[in-house]
Amino acid sequence: MIIKDNLRYTKDHEWLDIQGDTGTIGITDFAQGELGDVVYVELPAVGTAVKAGEPFGTIEAVKAVSELYAPVSGTVSEVNTRLADEANLVNQDCYGAGWMIKIKIANAAEANALLSPKDYSQLVEQH
Amino acid sequence: MAYLPHNDERRRAMLKTIGVGSIDDLLRPIPSEIRQQGPIDIPPALAESDVDLLAEQLAAKNAVAGGFDSFLGGGIYDHYIPAAVDHVAARSEFYTAYTPYQPEVAQGTLQATYEYQSMVRRLTGMEVAQASMYDGGSATAEAALLAMAETGRGKIVIAGALNPRYRSILETYLSAQTVTIETANRPDGSTDFDRLAQLVDDNAACVIMSSPNYFGGLEDWARGAEIAHARGALLIAVFHPISLGLLRSPGECGADVAVGEGQCLGNPPAFGGPLLGLFATRKKFIRRLPGRLVGKTVDARGVMAFVTTLQTREQHIRREKATSNICTAQALLATRAAIYMAMLGKQGITTLAKTCLDRAHYLAENIARIPGYSVPFGPAFFNEFVVEAPANARTILARLRQQRILGGIELAGRFPGFDRRFLVCVTEKHSRATLDRFVAALREAGQQAGAGASDSMTVGGAAAR
Repeated sequence: MIIKDNLRYTKDHEWLDIQGDTGTIGITDFAQGELGDVVYVELPAVGTAVKAGEPFGTIEAVKAVSELYAPVSGTVSEVNTRLADEANLVNQDCYGAGWMIKIKIANAAEANALLSPKDYSQLVEQH
Repeated sequence: MAYLPHNDERRRAMLKTIGVGSIDDLLRPIPSEIRQQGPIDIPPALAESDVDLLAEQLAAKNAVAGGFDSFLGGGIYDHYIPAAVDHVAARSEFYTAYTPYQPEVAQGTLQATYEYQSMVRRLTGMEVAQASMYDGGSATAEAALLAMAETGRGKIVIAGALNPRYRSILETYLSAQTVTIETANRPDGSTDFDRLAQLVDDNAACVIMSSPNYFGGLEDWARGAEIAHARGALLIAVFHPISLGLLRSPGECGADVAVGEGQCLGNPPAFGGPLLGLFATRKKFIRRLPGRLVGKTVDARGVMAFVTTLQTREQHIRREKATSNICTAQALLATRAAIYMAMLGKQGITTLAKTCLDRAHYLAENIARIPGYSVPFGPAFFNEFVVEAPANARTILARLRQQRILGGIELAGRFPGFDRRFLVCVTEKHSRATLDRFVAALREAGQQAGAGASDSMTVGGAAAR
Protein backbone atom coordinates (compact mmCIF):
# COMPACT_ATOMS: atom_id res chain seq x y z
CA MET A 1 0.00 0.00 0.00
CA ILE A 2 1.34 3.40 -1.02
CA ILE A 3 1.15 6.51 1.15
CA LYS A 4 2.92 9.45 -0.44
CA ASP A 5 5.06 11.70 1.71
CA ASN A 6 4.24 14.93 -0.12
CA LEU A 7 0.47 14.81 0.41
CA ARG A 8 -2.04 15.58 3.17
CA TYR A 9 -4.85 13.16 4.01
CA THR A 10 -8.36 13.09 5.45
CA LYS A 11 -9.69 10.48 7.83
CA ASP A 12 -12.11 9.59 5.02
CA HIS A 13 -9.20 8.51 2.80
CA GLU A 14 -8.92 11.45 0.41
CA TRP A 15 -5.57 13.01 -0.41
CA LEU A 16 -4.76 16.67 -1.08
CA ASP A 17 -1.80 17.99 -3.07
CA ILE A 18 -1.29 21.72 -2.57
CA GLN A 19 0.54 23.69 -5.27
CA GLY A 20 0.29 27.44 -4.68
CA ASP A 21 -3.40 28.20 -4.16
CA THR A 22 -4.54 25.10 -6.06
CA GLY A 23 -5.33 21.79 -4.41
CA THR A 24 -5.62 18.48 -6.28
CA ILE A 25 -7.88 15.87 -4.69
CA GLY A 26 -8.17 12.09 -5.09
CA ILE A 27 -8.64 8.98 -2.97
CA THR A 28 -5.86 6.96 -1.40
CA ASP A 29 -4.39 3.64 -2.41
CA PHE A 30 -5.91 2.11 0.72
CA ALA A 31 -9.39 3.40 -0.25
CA GLN A 32 -9.26 2.13 -3.84
CA GLY A 33 -8.10 -1.26 -2.58
CA GLU A 34 -10.96 -1.48 -0.08
CA LEU A 35 -13.57 -0.43 -2.65
CA GLY A 36 -12.46 -2.87 -5.32
CA ASP A 37 -13.26 -2.29 -8.99
CA VAL A 38 -14.35 1.32 -9.38
CA VAL A 39 -17.04 1.60 -12.06
CA TYR A 40 -18.19 5.20 -11.82
CA VAL A 41 -17.14 8.50 -10.32
CA GLU A 42 -19.63 11.34 -10.06
CA LEU A 43 -17.86 14.70 -9.86
CA PRO A 44 -19.06 18.29 -9.53
CA ALA A 45 -19.02 20.82 -12.39
CA VAL A 46 -16.27 23.43 -12.67
CA GLY A 47 -17.24 26.46 -10.63
CA THR A 48 -18.99 24.49 -7.87
CA ALA A 49 -18.16 25.59 -4.33
CA VAL A 50 -17.01 22.78 -2.04
CA LYS A 51 -16.77 22.93 1.72
CA ALA A 52 -14.23 21.17 3.95
CA GLY A 53 -15.65 17.92 5.33
CA GLU A 54 -18.70 17.90 3.07
CA PRO A 55 -19.36 15.60 0.09
CA PHE A 56 -18.33 16.84 -3.36
CA GLY A 57 -19.12 13.68 -5.29
CA THR A 58 -19.54 9.93 -5.12
CA ILE A 59 -17.46 6.95 -6.07
CA GLU A 60 -19.13 3.73 -7.09
CA ALA A 61 -17.60 0.29 -7.00
CA VAL A 62 -19.33 -2.93 -8.00
CA LYS A 63 -21.16 -3.44 -4.71
CA ALA A 64 -20.75 -0.18 -2.81
CA VAL A 65 -21.02 3.56 -3.20
CA SER A 66 -19.13 6.06 -1.08
CA GLU A 67 -19.21 9.80 -0.72
CA LEU A 68 -16.14 11.83 -1.58
CA TYR A 69 -15.39 14.44 1.09
CA ALA A 70 -13.61 17.71 0.41
CA PRO A 71 -10.37 18.05 2.44
CA VAL A 72 -10.54 21.86 2.32
CA SER A 73 -12.99 24.50 1.09
CA GLY A 74 -12.72 26.14 -2.29
CA THR A 75 -14.08 26.37 -5.81
CA VAL A 76 -13.71 23.59 -8.37
CA SER A 77 -11.30 24.80 -11.08
CA GLU A 78 -10.76 21.57 -13.02
CA VAL A 79 -12.34 18.12 -13.23
CA ASN A 80 -10.67 14.91 -14.41
CA THR A 81 -13.00 14.20 -17.34
CA ARG A 82 -11.15 10.99 -18.25
CA LEU A 83 -12.81 9.32 -15.27
CA ALA A 84 -16.20 9.54 -16.96
CA ASP A 85 -15.17 6.75 -19.33
CA GLU A 86 -12.19 5.27 -17.49
CA ALA A 87 -13.23 5.05 -13.86
CA ASN A 88 -10.73 2.23 -13.33
CA LEU A 89 -7.91 4.79 -13.50
CA VAL A 90 -8.71 5.27 -9.81
CA ASN A 91 -7.66 1.66 -9.22
CA GLN A 92 -4.67 1.79 -11.55
CA ASP A 93 -3.10 5.08 -10.52
CA CYS A 94 -4.96 6.74 -7.67
CA TYR A 95 -2.29 9.39 -7.03
CA GLY A 96 -1.70 10.15 -10.74
CA ALA A 97 -4.08 9.66 -13.64
CA GLY A 98 -6.87 8.81 -11.18
CA TRP A 99 -6.99 12.30 -9.61
CA MET A 100 -10.51 13.71 -9.35
CA ILE A 101 -10.79 17.48 -9.01
CA LYS A 102 -8.65 20.57 -8.61
CA ILE A 103 -9.91 23.41 -6.46
CA LYS A 104 -8.89 26.98 -5.85
CA ILE A 105 -8.34 26.85 -2.12
CA ALA A 106 -10.39 29.41 -0.17
CA ASN A 107 -8.80 29.04 3.23
CA ALA A 108 -5.29 27.58 3.34
CA ALA A 109 -5.41 27.31 7.13
CA GLU A 110 -7.92 24.46 6.85
CA ALA A 111 -5.13 22.25 5.50
CA ASN A 112 -3.47 22.36 8.91
CA ALA A 113 -6.24 20.19 10.29
CA LEU A 114 -5.51 17.40 7.78
CA LEU A 115 -3.54 14.27 8.60
CA SER A 116 0.16 14.02 7.88
CA PRO A 117 1.41 10.94 5.97
CA LYS A 118 2.56 9.50 9.29
CA ASP A 119 -0.80 10.08 11.02
CA TYR A 120 -2.64 8.64 8.02
CA SER A 121 -0.57 5.47 7.96
CA GLN A 122 -1.35 5.01 11.67
CA LEU A 123 -5.04 5.43 10.92
CA VAL A 124 -4.89 2.84 8.15
CA GLU A 125 -2.99 0.37 10.33
CA GLN A 126 -5.89 0.36 12.77
CA HIS A 127 -8.20 -1.05 10.05
CA MET B 1 -55.10 -32.27 14.85
CA ALA B 2 -55.49 -28.67 15.94
CA TYR B 3 -53.50 -26.13 13.98
CA LEU B 4 -53.15 -23.97 17.07
CA PRO B 5 -49.67 -24.32 18.53
CA HIS B 6 -50.62 -22.81 21.90
CA ASN B 7 -52.36 -24.91 24.53
CA ASP B 8 -53.42 -23.61 27.94
CA GLU B 9 -50.22 -24.79 29.56
CA ARG B 10 -48.06 -22.88 27.07
CA ARG B 11 -50.19 -19.77 27.38
CA ARG B 12 -49.80 -19.86 31.20
CA ALA B 13 -46.05 -20.27 30.81
CA MET B 14 -45.79 -17.31 28.45
CA LEU B 15 -47.94 -15.09 30.66
CA LYS B 16 -45.83 -16.02 33.67
CA THR B 17 -42.63 -15.21 31.79
CA ILE B 18 -43.79 -11.66 31.01
CA GLY B 19 -45.28 -11.27 34.47
CA VAL B 20 -49.04 -10.96 33.92
CA GLY B 21 -51.77 -13.13 35.36
CA SER B 22 -54.12 -13.54 32.39
CA ILE B 23 -54.75 -12.51 28.76
CA ASP B 24 -57.25 -9.95 30.08
CA ASP B 25 -54.51 -8.39 32.25
CA LEU B 26 -52.30 -8.23 29.19
CA LEU B 27 -54.96 -6.41 27.15
CA ARG B 28 -56.05 -4.06 29.96
CA PRO B 29 -54.38 -0.94 28.42
CA ILE B 30 -56.81 -1.21 25.48
CA PRO B 31 -60.07 0.62 26.39
CA SER B 32 -62.88 -1.91 26.89
CA GLU B 33 -65.27 -0.09 24.52
CA ILE B 34 -63.05 -0.82 21.52
CA ARG B 35 -62.36 -4.43 22.47
CA GLN B 36 -64.30 -7.28 20.93
CA GLN B 37 -66.71 -8.64 23.53
CA GLY B 38 -67.79 -12.24 23.16
CA PRO B 39 -67.20 -14.51 20.20
CA ILE B 40 -66.90 -13.21 16.63
CA ASP B 41 -70.09 -13.71 14.64
CA ILE B 42 -69.10 -16.04 11.81
CA PRO B 43 -71.06 -18.95 10.36
CA PRO B 44 -70.29 -22.47 11.56
CA ALA B 45 -67.65 -24.61 9.88
CA LEU B 46 -68.57 -26.17 6.51
CA ALA B 47 -67.48 -29.34 4.80
CA GLU B 48 -64.78 -28.84 2.17
CA SER B 49 -67.22 -29.66 -0.63
CA ASP B 50 -69.68 -27.04 0.69
CA VAL B 51 -66.95 -24.39 0.84
CA ASP B 52 -66.07 -25.27 -2.74
CA LEU B 53 -69.68 -24.83 -3.82
CA LEU B 54 -69.99 -21.53 -1.98
CA ALA B 55 -66.80 -20.22 -3.61
CA GLU B 56 -68.07 -21.25 -7.04
CA GLN B 57 -71.36 -19.45 -6.45
CA LEU B 58 -69.53 -16.30 -5.41
CA ALA B 59 -67.13 -16.53 -8.37
CA ALA B 60 -70.06 -16.93 -10.77
CA LYS B 61 -71.13 -13.38 -9.87
CA ASN B 62 -68.11 -12.11 -11.82
CA ALA B 63 -68.46 -11.45 -15.51
CA VAL B 64 -65.38 -12.58 -17.43
CA ALA B 65 -64.33 -11.10 -20.75
CA GLY B 66 -64.58 -14.51 -22.41
CA GLY B 67 -68.35 -14.53 -21.84
CA PHE B 68 -68.77 -11.27 -23.77
CA ASP B 69 -67.66 -9.66 -26.98
CA SER B 70 -65.37 -7.13 -25.33
CA PHE B 71 -64.31 -3.91 -27.02
CA LEU B 72 -62.69 -2.51 -23.88
CA GLY B 73 -59.17 -1.12 -24.20
CA GLY B 74 -57.89 2.15 -22.76
CA GLY B 75 -54.51 0.72 -21.76
CA ILE B 76 -55.41 -2.90 -21.00
CA TYR B 77 -55.97 -5.20 -23.97
CA ASP B 78 -57.47 -8.60 -24.61
CA HIS B 79 -55.17 -10.37 -27.05
CA TYR B 80 -54.90 -14.06 -27.76
CA ILE B 81 -52.34 -15.79 -25.53
CA PRO B 82 -50.75 -18.90 -27.04
CA ALA B 83 -50.99 -21.92 -24.71
CA ALA B 84 -47.22 -22.23 -24.66
CA VAL B 85 -46.96 -18.93 -22.72
CA ASP B 86 -48.91 -20.40 -19.81
CA HIS B 87 -47.06 -23.70 -20.06
CA VAL B 88 -43.53 -22.33 -20.08
CA ALA B 89 -44.18 -19.56 -17.55
CA ALA B 90 -45.78 -22.03 -15.15
CA ARG B 91 -42.58 -24.05 -14.85
CA SER B 92 -41.55 -23.84 -11.22
CA GLU B 93 -38.14 -22.38 -12.13
CA PHE B 94 -39.90 -19.28 -13.48
CA TYR B 95 -43.03 -19.09 -11.40
CA THR B 96 -42.18 -16.24 -9.09
CA ALA B 97 -42.98 -12.55 -8.85
CA TYR B 98 -39.48 -11.85 -7.60
CA THR B 99 -36.13 -11.11 -9.13
CA PRO B 100 -33.38 -12.79 -7.15
CA TYR B 101 -30.97 -11.12 -4.76
CA GLN B 102 -28.56 -14.04 -5.00
CA PRO B 103 -27.93 -14.22 -8.72
CA GLU B 104 -25.57 -17.14 -8.49
CA VAL B 105 -28.44 -19.43 -7.50
CA ALA B 106 -30.96 -18.10 -10.00
CA GLN B 107 -29.27 -17.98 -13.37
CA GLY B 108 -32.41 -19.14 -15.21
CA THR B 109 -34.61 -16.36 -13.83
CA LEU B 110 -31.91 -13.82 -14.56
CA GLN B 111 -31.50 -15.07 -18.10
CA ALA B 112 -35.27 -14.80 -18.65
CA THR B 113 -35.15 -11.18 -17.46
CA TYR B 114 -32.10 -10.50 -19.62
CA GLU B 115 -33.93 -11.86 -22.69
CA TYR B 116 -36.98 -9.75 -21.80
CA GLN B 117 -34.81 -6.62 -21.54
CA SER B 118 -33.15 -7.41 -24.86
CA MET B 119 -36.50 -7.81 -26.63
CA VAL B 120 -37.96 -4.62 -25.12
CA ARG B 121 -34.82 -2.80 -26.22
CA ARG B 122 -35.15 -4.07 -29.78
CA LEU B 123 -38.89 -3.42 -29.91
CA THR B 124 -38.46 0.19 -28.80
CA GLY B 125 -35.27 0.89 -30.74
CA MET B 126 -33.61 2.13 -27.54
CA GLU B 127 -30.17 1.26 -26.16
CA VAL B 128 -31.09 -0.22 -22.80
CA ALA B 129 -34.22 -1.57 -21.10
CA GLN B 130 -34.57 -2.36 -17.42
CA ALA B 131 -36.12 -5.42 -15.79
CA SER B 132 -39.72 -4.04 -15.75
CA MET B 133 -41.87 -1.85 -13.51
CA TYR B 134 -45.32 -2.08 -11.94
CA ASP B 135 -47.29 -0.69 -14.87
CA GLY B 136 -47.21 1.80 -17.72
CA GLY B 137 -48.31 4.61 -15.40
CA SER B 138 -45.53 4.16 -12.87
CA ALA B 139 -43.03 3.75 -15.71
CA THR B 140 -44.20 7.11 -17.09
CA ALA B 141 -43.84 8.78 -13.69
CA GLU B 142 -40.37 7.28 -13.21
CA ALA B 143 -39.38 8.55 -16.65
CA ALA B 144 -40.46 12.05 -15.58
CA LEU B 145 -38.32 11.73 -12.43
CA LEU B 146 -35.37 10.66 -14.57
CA ALA B 147 -35.84 13.71 -16.79
CA MET B 148 -36.11 16.05 -13.81
CA ALA B 149 -32.97 14.61 -12.22
CA GLU B 150 -31.06 14.74 -15.49
CA THR B 151 -32.00 18.30 -16.43
CA GLY B 152 -32.38 19.79 -12.95
CA ARG B 153 -35.64 21.36 -14.17
CA GLY B 154 -39.16 21.33 -12.73
CA LYS B 155 -41.69 21.50 -15.55
CA ILE B 156 -43.38 18.65 -17.37
CA VAL B 157 -45.31 19.18 -20.58
CA ILE B 158 -47.85 16.58 -21.64
CA ALA B 159 -48.41 16.62 -25.40
CA GLY B 160 -51.69 15.13 -26.57
CA ALA B 161 -54.12 12.99 -24.61
CA LEU B 162 -52.19 10.92 -22.08
CA ASN B 163 -54.07 8.05 -20.45
CA PRO B 164 -55.85 9.79 -17.53
CA ARG B 165 -54.72 7.03 -15.16
CA TYR B 166 -51.10 7.69 -16.08
CA ARG B 167 -51.70 11.36 -15.42
CA SER B 168 -53.10 10.55 -11.95
CA ILE B 169 -50.11 8.35 -11.15
CA LEU B 170 -47.75 11.07 -12.37
CA GLU B 171 -49.44 13.64 -10.13
CA THR B 172 -49.28 11.29 -7.15
CA TYR B 173 -45.59 10.56 -7.70
CA LEU B 174 -44.73 14.22 -8.03
CA SER B 175 -47.04 15.56 -5.32
CA ALA B 176 -44.17 16.04 -2.86
CA GLN B 177 -42.00 17.91 -5.36
CA THR B 178 -42.06 21.41 -6.72
CA VAL B 179 -43.19 20.75 -10.25
CA THR B 180 -45.61 22.16 -12.76
CA ILE B 181 -47.47 20.03 -15.28
CA GLU B 182 -48.74 21.71 -18.46
CA THR B 183 -50.76 20.29 -21.31
CA ALA B 184 -50.57 21.00 -25.05
CA ASN B 185 -53.81 19.49 -26.33
CA ARG B 186 -56.28 20.25 -29.06
CA PRO B 187 -59.98 19.49 -28.41
CA ASP B 188 -59.67 16.20 -30.30
CA GLY B 189 -56.92 15.08 -27.93
CA SER B 190 -54.08 15.42 -30.42
CA THR B 191 -50.96 17.46 -29.78
CA ASP B 192 -51.12 21.20 -30.25
CA PHE B 193 -47.56 21.66 -31.52
CA ASP B 194 -47.70 25.48 -31.52
CA ARG B 195 -48.73 25.44 -27.87
CA LEU B 196 -46.09 22.78 -27.17
CA ALA B 197 -43.35 24.98 -28.61
CA GLN B 198 -44.52 27.83 -26.35
CA LEU B 199 -44.64 25.65 -23.24
CA VAL B 200 -41.23 24.02 -23.72
CA ASP B 201 -38.94 26.64 -22.25
CA ASP B 202 -35.65 26.55 -20.35
CA ASN B 203 -37.44 25.17 -17.29
CA ALA B 204 -38.98 22.17 -19.11
CA ALA B 205 -37.55 18.83 -18.04
CA CYS B 206 -39.47 16.76 -20.55
CA VAL B 207 -42.28 16.37 -23.02
CA ILE B 208 -44.46 13.32 -22.48
CA MET B 209 -46.13 12.21 -25.71
CA SER B 210 -48.25 9.12 -26.07
CA SER B 211 -48.71 7.43 -29.46
CA PRO B 212 -51.32 6.14 -29.92
CA ASN B 213 -52.75 8.75 -27.55
CA TYR B 214 -55.60 7.90 -25.17
CA PHE B 215 -58.18 8.41 -27.93
CA GLY B 216 -56.25 6.10 -30.24
CA GLY B 217 -54.75 8.87 -32.39
CA LEU B 218 -51.21 8.49 -33.72
CA GLU B 219 -48.82 11.28 -32.74
CA ASP B 220 -45.57 12.57 -34.23
CA TRP B 221 -42.88 11.73 -31.69
CA ALA B 222 -40.13 13.02 -33.98
CA ARG B 223 -41.66 16.50 -34.02
CA GLY B 224 -42.10 16.36 -30.24
CA ALA B 225 -38.47 15.31 -29.83
CA GLU B 226 -37.30 18.20 -32.01
CA ILE B 227 -39.22 20.74 -29.93
CA ALA B 228 -38.04 19.21 -26.65
CA HIS B 229 -34.39 18.90 -27.65
CA ALA B 230 -34.23 22.47 -28.97
CA ARG B 231 -34.63 23.65 -25.35
CA GLY B 232 -32.62 20.91 -23.64
CA ALA B 233 -35.65 18.88 -22.52
CA LEU B 234 -36.11 15.12 -22.98
CA LEU B 235 -38.82 13.36 -24.95
CA ILE B 236 -40.63 10.60 -23.08
CA ALA B 237 -42.45 8.45 -25.62
CA VAL B 238 -45.38 6.43 -24.28
CA PHE B 239 -45.91 3.53 -26.67
CA HIS B 240 -48.24 0.59 -27.31
CA PRO B 241 -45.90 -2.39 -27.76
CA ILE B 242 -47.90 -4.21 -30.42
CA SER B 243 -48.25 -1.05 -32.52
CA LEU B 244 -44.46 -1.06 -32.89
CA GLY B 245 -44.84 -3.99 -35.25
CA LEU B 246 -45.92 -1.35 -37.78
CA LEU B 247 -44.97 2.10 -36.53
CA ARG B 248 -41.59 3.79 -36.24
CA SER B 249 -40.10 3.02 -32.84
CA PRO B 250 -39.50 5.63 -30.12
CA GLY B 251 -35.75 5.17 -30.67
CA GLU B 252 -36.01 5.93 -34.39
CA CYS B 253 -38.04 9.06 -33.56
CA GLY B 254 -35.42 10.43 -31.18
CA ALA B 255 -37.09 9.65 -27.85
CA ASP B 256 -34.88 9.75 -24.75
CA VAL B 257 -37.07 7.44 -22.69
CA ALA B 258 -39.67 4.97 -23.97
CA VAL B 259 -42.32 3.68 -21.58
CA GLY B 260 -45.44 1.63 -22.05
CA GLU B 261 -47.85 -0.94 -20.73
CA GLY B 262 -46.71 -4.48 -21.44
CA GLN B 263 -49.81 -6.33 -20.25
CA CYS B 264 -50.85 -6.97 -23.86
CA LEU B 265 -47.70 -9.06 -24.38
CA GLY B 266 -48.91 -12.46 -23.21
CA ASN B 267 -50.74 -11.37 -20.06
CA PRO B 268 -54.52 -11.53 -19.63
CA PRO B 269 -56.59 -8.44 -18.88
CA ALA B 270 -57.40 -8.71 -15.18
CA PHE B 271 -59.36 -5.95 -13.53
CA GLY B 272 -56.81 -3.82 -11.68
CA GLY B 273 -53.83 -5.86 -12.76
CA PRO B 274 -51.22 -7.16 -12.34
CA LEU B 275 -49.76 -5.03 -15.10
CA LEU B 276 -46.29 -4.72 -16.58
CA GLY B 277 -44.39 -1.46 -17.00
CA LEU B 278 -41.96 -1.32 -19.91
CA PHE B 279 -39.05 1.12 -19.56
CA ALA B 280 -36.23 1.70 -22.03
CA THR B 281 -33.81 4.56 -22.49
CA ARG B 282 -30.47 5.73 -23.87
CA LYS B 283 -27.24 4.33 -22.52
CA LYS B 284 -26.18 7.77 -21.31
CA PHE B 285 -29.03 7.76 -18.75
CA ILE B 286 -28.19 4.29 -17.45
CA ARG B 287 -27.19 5.55 -14.00
CA ARG B 288 -30.56 7.20 -13.57
CA LEU B 289 -32.57 4.08 -14.45
CA PRO B 290 -35.17 3.16 -11.86
CA GLY B 291 -35.47 -0.45 -10.75
CA ARG B 292 -33.28 -3.34 -11.71
CA LEU B 293 -31.04 -4.20 -14.59
CA VAL B 294 -29.77 -7.65 -15.44
CA GLY B 295 -26.48 -7.88 -17.31
CA LYS B 296 -24.53 -10.64 -19.01
CA THR B 297 -20.88 -11.22 -18.19
CA VAL B 298 -18.41 -14.04 -17.57
CA ASP B 299 -17.45 -15.53 -14.22
CA ALA B 300 -13.91 -16.07 -12.90
CA ARG B 301 -13.57 -19.18 -15.07
CA GLY B 302 -14.72 -17.42 -18.21
CA VAL B 303 -18.17 -19.06 -18.21
CA MET B 304 -21.17 -16.95 -19.31
CA ALA B 305 -23.12 -15.65 -16.32
CA PHE B 306 -26.02 -13.29 -15.60
CA VAL B 307 -25.91 -10.70 -12.82
CA THR B 308 -28.04 -7.94 -11.41
CA THR B 309 -26.00 -4.87 -12.14
CA LEU B 310 -25.95 -1.21 -11.10
CA GLN B 311 -27.40 -2.33 -7.76
CA THR B 312 -25.83 0.67 -6.10
CA ARG B 313 -28.67 2.82 -7.45
CA GLU B 314 -31.20 0.75 -5.57
CA GLN B 315 -32.78 1.71 -2.32
CA HIS B 316 -31.75 -1.46 -0.49
CA ILE B 317 -28.14 -0.29 -0.81
CA ARG B 318 -28.42 3.50 -0.68
CA ARG B 319 -31.90 4.42 0.42
CA GLU B 320 -31.55 8.19 0.48
CA LYS B 321 -29.68 8.44 -2.81
CA ALA B 322 -31.45 5.76 -4.81
CA THR B 323 -32.71 6.77 -8.25
CA SER B 324 -36.12 5.39 -7.31
CA ASN B 325 -37.93 3.82 -4.38
CA ILE B 326 -38.75 0.94 -6.67
CA CYS B 327 -36.15 -1.80 -6.63
CA THR B 328 -38.44 -4.57 -7.71
CA ALA B 329 -39.80 -5.85 -10.98
CA GLN B 330 -42.82 -7.67 -12.40
CA ALA B 331 -40.62 -10.70 -12.98
CA LEU B 332 -43.35 -13.21 -13.75
CA LEU B 333 -45.22 -10.94 -16.16
CA ALA B 334 -41.95 -9.89 -17.77
CA THR B 335 -41.08 -13.56 -18.26
CA ARG B 336 -44.47 -14.13 -19.88
CA ALA B 337 -43.90 -11.12 -22.13
CA ALA B 338 -40.49 -12.51 -23.14
CA ILE B 339 -42.01 -15.90 -23.99
CA TYR B 340 -44.80 -14.21 -25.95
CA MET B 341 -42.43 -11.98 -27.92
CA ALA B 342 -40.07 -14.88 -28.59
CA MET B 343 -42.97 -16.97 -29.92
CA LEU B 344 -44.33 -14.28 -32.21
CA GLY B 345 -40.97 -13.07 -33.41
CA LYS B 346 -40.45 -9.87 -35.39
CA GLN B 347 -42.64 -11.00 -38.27
CA GLY B 348 -45.38 -12.24 -35.94
CA ILE B 349 -45.68 -8.92 -34.13
CA THR B 350 -45.88 -7.12 -37.49
CA THR B 351 -48.64 -9.48 -38.67
CA LEU B 352 -50.49 -9.09 -35.38
CA ALA B 353 -50.23 -5.29 -35.51
CA LYS B 354 -51.52 -5.25 -39.08
CA THR B 355 -54.46 -7.50 -38.15
CA CYS B 356 -55.44 -5.20 -35.25
CA LEU B 357 -55.12 -2.11 -37.44
CA ASP B 358 -57.11 -3.55 -40.35
CA ARG B 359 -59.94 -4.83 -38.16
CA ALA B 360 -60.14 -1.60 -36.15
CA HIS B 361 -60.38 0.44 -39.35
CA TYR B 362 -62.95 -1.96 -40.79
CA LEU B 363 -65.08 -1.51 -37.69
CA ALA B 364 -64.65 2.28 -37.63
CA GLU B 365 -65.72 2.60 -41.27
CA ASN B 366 -68.82 0.50 -40.66
CA ILE B 367 -69.78 2.36 -37.49
CA ALA B 368 -69.42 5.69 -39.31
CA ARG B 369 -71.99 4.45 -41.85
CA ILE B 370 -74.67 3.83 -39.18
CA PRO B 371 -77.13 6.74 -39.19
CA GLY B 372 -76.53 8.97 -36.18
CA TYR B 373 -73.07 7.61 -35.41
CA SER B 374 -69.70 9.09 -36.29
CA VAL B 375 -65.99 8.55 -35.69
CA PRO B 376 -65.16 12.15 -34.81
CA PHE B 377 -61.36 12.12 -34.57
CA GLY B 378 -58.71 11.81 -37.25
CA PRO B 379 -58.23 8.84 -39.53
CA ALA B 380 -54.75 8.00 -38.18
CA PHE B 381 -55.33 5.49 -35.41
CA PHE B 382 -54.00 2.04 -34.55
CA ASN B 383 -56.36 -0.26 -32.63
CA GLU B 384 -58.62 2.19 -30.80
CA PHE B 385 -60.89 5.03 -31.77
CA VAL B 386 -63.61 7.27 -30.37
CA VAL B 387 -67.23 6.75 -31.41
CA GLU B 388 -69.88 9.44 -31.14
CA ALA B 389 -73.33 7.97 -30.58
CA PRO B 390 -76.72 9.55 -31.32
CA ALA B 391 -77.57 9.35 -27.60
CA ASN B 392 -75.88 9.24 -24.23
CA ALA B 393 -73.00 6.74 -24.38
CA ARG B 394 -73.94 5.22 -21.04
CA THR B 395 -77.41 4.34 -22.37
CA ILE B 396 -76.01 2.84 -25.56
CA LEU B 397 -73.40 0.78 -23.68
CA ALA B 398 -76.03 -0.48 -21.22
CA ARG B 399 -78.17 -1.73 -24.11
CA LEU B 400 -75.14 -3.50 -25.63
CA ARG B 401 -74.39 -5.20 -22.32
CA GLN B 402 -77.83 -6.79 -22.44
CA GLN B 403 -76.62 -8.52 -25.61
CA ARG B 404 -73.39 -9.57 -23.89
CA ILE B 405 -71.32 -6.94 -25.65
CA LEU B 406 -68.94 -4.72 -23.69
CA GLY B 407 -69.02 -1.92 -26.22
CA GLY B 408 -66.27 0.37 -24.98
CA ILE B 409 -65.17 2.81 -22.30
CA GLU B 410 -67.34 5.77 -21.37
CA LEU B 411 -65.41 9.02 -21.65
CA ALA B 412 -67.84 11.43 -19.98
CA GLY B 413 -66.43 11.14 -16.45
CA ARG B 414 -62.91 12.18 -17.42
CA PHE B 415 -63.62 14.40 -20.39
CA PRO B 416 -66.28 17.13 -20.11
CA GLY B 417 -68.60 17.34 -23.10
CA PHE B 418 -67.94 13.74 -24.10
CA ASP B 419 -71.34 12.46 -22.91
CA ARG B 420 -72.11 10.80 -26.22
CA ARG B 421 -68.59 9.50 -26.87
CA PHE B 422 -66.94 6.21 -25.99
CA LEU B 423 -63.64 4.51 -26.75
CA VAL B 424 -63.70 1.30 -28.79
CA CYS B 425 -60.81 -1.17 -29.04
CA VAL B 426 -60.32 -3.96 -31.57
CA THR B 427 -57.83 -6.80 -31.39
CA GLU B 428 -57.07 -9.91 -33.45
CA LYS B 429 -59.54 -11.79 -31.24
CA HIS B 430 -62.46 -10.06 -32.96
CA SER B 431 -63.63 -12.02 -35.98
CA ARG B 432 -65.38 -10.33 -38.88
CA ALA B 433 -68.65 -11.86 -37.63
CA THR B 434 -68.08 -10.37 -34.16
CA LEU B 435 -67.43 -6.94 -35.64
CA ASP B 436 -70.55 -7.15 -37.83
CA ARG B 437 -72.64 -8.24 -34.84
CA PHE B 438 -71.33 -5.21 -32.93
CA VAL B 439 -72.31 -2.86 -35.76
CA ALA B 440 -75.81 -4.36 -35.89
CA ALA B 441 -76.17 -4.09 -32.10
CA LEU B 442 -75.00 -0.45 -32.18
CA ARG B 443 -77.52 0.37 -34.91
CA GLU B 444 -80.31 -1.15 -32.88
CA ALA B 445 -79.20 0.49 -29.64
CA GLY B 446 -78.99 3.83 -31.44
CA GLN B 447 -82.55 3.51 -32.78
CA GLN B 448 -83.93 2.52 -29.37
CA ALA B 449 -81.96 5.14 -27.48
CA GLY B 450 -82.80 7.72 -30.15
CA ALA B 451 -86.46 7.33 -29.26
CA GLY B 452 -85.61 7.41 -25.56
CA ALA B 453 -83.39 10.44 -26.03
CA SER B 454 -86.18 12.56 -27.50
CA ASP B 455 -88.37 11.59 -24.52
CA SER B 456 -85.76 12.65 -22.08
CA MET B 457 -85.23 15.92 -23.95
CA THR B 458 -88.91 16.71 -23.44
CA VAL B 459 -88.62 15.90 -19.76
CA GLY B 460 -85.44 18.01 -19.47
CA GLY B 461 -87.15 20.88 -21.30
CA ALA B 462 -90.11 20.73 -18.91
CA ALA B 463 -87.77 20.82 -15.91
CA ALA B 464 -86.01 23.85 -17.34
CA ARG B 465 -89.25 25.75 -17.64
